[in-house]
Amino acid sequence: MSRFSTGVLTAVVAAMMAVAPALADKKGNAIRFAYDQVVENVDPFMNNVRIGVIIGQQVWDTLIYRDPKTAEYKGQLATAWKWIDDKTLELDLRKGVKFHNGAEFTADDVVYTLNFVVSPESKVVTRQNVAWIDRAEKIDAYKVRIICKEPFPAAIEYLAGPVVIHPHEYYAKVGPHGMNEKPVGSGPYRITEHSVGKYVRMERNPDYFKDSPKPQPKIEKVEIRFIPDRQTQVAEMMAGGADMIMNVALDQATQMKAVPTLQVVSGETMRIVFLHLDSREATTAPQLRDLKVRQAIMHAIDRESMVKQIVGQGARVLHTVCFPPQFGCSDEGAPRYAYDPAKAKQLLAEAGFKDGFDIDLYAYRERNQTEAMIGYLRAVGIRANLRFMQYAAMREANRAGKAAMLHQTWGSFSVNDVSASTPVYYKFGPDDISRDPEVRDFLQRGDSQVDPAVRKEAYRKALALIAERAYSLPLYSLTTYYVANKDLVFIAYPDEIPRFWEMSYK
Amino acid sequence: MLIYALKRLGLAVLVAVVVSALAFLLLRASGDVAIALAGEGARSEDIENIRRIYGLDRPLVVQYLDWAAKMARGDFGTSLFFKTDVHALVLDKLPTTALLALFSLIFALAVSLPLGILAALYPNSWIDRLCLALAVIGQALPSFFFALILMIVFAVMLRWLPVSGSDSWAHFVLPTVVLGYYIAPAIMRLVRAGMIEVLASDYVRTARAKGLSSSSVVLKHALRNALVPVVALAAVQLGFLLGGSVVIETVFALDGLGYLAYQSITHKDLPVTQAIVTLLSLIYVGLTLAADLANAWLDPRIRVGSGT
Repeated sequence: MSRFSTGVLTAVVAAMMAVAPALADKKGNAIRFAYDQVVENVDPFMNNVRIGVIIGQQVWDTLIYRDPKTAEYKGQLATAWKWIDDKTLELDLRKGVKFHNGAEFTADDVVYTLNFVVSPESKVVTRQNVAWIDRAEKIDAYKVRIICKEPFPAAIEYLAGPVVIHPHEYYAKVGPHGMNEKPVGSGPYRITEHSVGKYVRMERNPDYFKDSPKPQPKIEKVEIRFIPDRQTQVAEMMAGGADMIMNVALDQATQMKAVPTLQVVSGETMRIVFLHLDSREATTAPQLRDLKVRQAIMHAIDRESMVKQIVGQGARVLHTVCFPPQFGCSDEGAPRYAYDPAKAKQLLAEAGFKDGFDIDLYAYRERNQTEAMIGYLRAVGIRANLRFMQYAAMREANRAGKAAMLHQTWGSFSVNDVSASTPVYYKFGPDDISRDPEVRDFLQRGDSQVDPAVRKEAYRKALALIAERAYSLPLYSLTTYYVANKDLVFIAYPDEIPRFWEMSYK
Repeated sequence: MLIYALKRLGLAVLVAVVVSALAFLLLRASGDVAIALAGEGARSEDIENIRRIYGLDRPLVVQYLDWAAKMARGDFGTSLFFKTDVHALVLDKLPTTALLALFSLIFALAVSLPLGILAALYPNSWIDRLCLALAVIGQALPSFFFALILMIVFAVMLRWLPVSGSDSWAHFVLPTVVLGYYIAPAIMRLVRAGMIEVLASDYVRTARAKGLSSSSVVLKHALRNALVPVVALAAVQLGFLLGGSVVIETVFALDGLGYLAYQSITHKDLPVTQAIVTLLSLIYVGLTLAADLANAWLDPRIRVGSGT
């Protein structure tokens, strides 16, 4: 062999040896998590994607913590809180908490973060998560007050969810842009490297405060890689290049159950699905103005079978448009529309549509479910045509009043309170296509009263009215499938947030 | 030659301007950017706000002229999604894509030149048929499907190569093969046709009569002439490879311009999409111009013909 070819061969072998994965898996006590969406900015106020929420929860802390198992609120950066009046929440803060850069956590961090994100100049992306805050005030180094614009009882839930606290000096200096490049939080993991659009690498925070309701992390390193193609993600799992993926389609998940090195876990999510109907005067489908037609649609679709056959394990049939564990979500007093195609046909005939009618059905995800619905609707004479598009385009059609029937889904931003779901679609907002003032008033009451019993009753009435007047057909909750290394111990929570700090290897 | 060059240059500039205007209009016609940017659950006032902040409420012509003027000064604007400078973002990803395109071209040439020559030397033989079969498959097989097959075989089953990513040279092997295989057939067919024509020409017959070795005749005398159109085609194909990498980079999660294009399209990040489309079309126009000029320089008939 010539010297040249020996040299080439050596170079090739050396290079191949160098191609070790960036992170080891179980042996290195690391998790390589692959996700399809890219996060534009890891600062939780500056992105509105699910992966942003996932990263945010690992790297930052919130004032209050909601235990995902018991739904009980616990103190995280705050130790105690109480409503002083309808609009003012007073919080005692925890002492001895340090940010990843060593800065001590105090009231200044809370006051600066909240006042910054509510200011219009901050240009926060998730405005709806902080729009309820008027301002924050420092009482002393470890006591703050948060003043709401209106009475806002769901504040606790928001403070336990998307509203994280930044270190004030650092955030004031670098802003959201710098926070994205070199993120600093106080959470169980700290980001060591963020290659925008490519990966986020995190390391266990060894100084994570011991009293946190989030347990001390056991996994040493976490790498979140952005892989847009689902097939590629599956290939990575099978080739051992990733340890966990989520949102795997039912058929793929079923196939991957056969792979001995992997486990497939399914879990219900907070995302609810409903068939949204435009019953307003100006609707493009005047048939929907008739209550009987809407009721016929309710009876036409076999939700039980859809859940069993195409939605997947863990999903449940809904009777009202909210996620059952959410505060205020109830189906008490709401009518049950059983699957009854004969009754659906009869109702249509009574409404004067004996021969059915044509209608466009707008959809943007889970196309197979839309197609199943189209099948059911056609069986009773409603000839639905699929209009499948991107979410933004569908919402545009909805808001412009062009879409009369929509296969909608809503994830409530993982907020466990009805104020984050039902009012979005029935309180005269841009997505409300039924515009019932009675429903609106009940929702408004539920959103703004502080007494939990009053809130529950108001929401119950609103939800029952929506169901009774058949403004939408509540379908079911969605499930998500996780595929992971078979030795990884984890729980699939409905809020779709993998908690790396709880995970470990067997 | 100078007049010809100026004419081609003028035409190239015109094409570039038209392409940029078309891209601008089509991207804007694809839906309301403000709504897309605002995300799930945004209120109407948030959307109005975004429209105002990004100047999306101005007439289209004004938006285009403003953008074109800035672009001409090298100011590509700020990414609506990543909130960073588009110029830096694009420059950061360009090397990966350029490398992939170059590797793919080299791979395509390495495959298509020998096969094209063999097919020409033995026309209608089994080698020729095999080359034809390869060419047909290469042009018929969707690249993402071919990519998945290679992934399953070499990454999942054999575990010789990584599935996705762009950290080392090994990550480039599969994408290079997929992308290169896509353009190889065109080059192969051109080499074959060119070689058959040249091999039948008088000077090759003379060379053979002089007693030159077969390899010397084929490689030194015939190939050089047969390669002239191939060089032009290869230059154009390089532009095609740069654009074609959108699918391949997305499938292999290669962190290049194509992947960035995919991300910016999904997030309606107009400034980035616009910058990439414009940059790629400029490169394409530039390469076509270079090919035209090279051809004209090599073959006087072209420049003379164009003058009439």
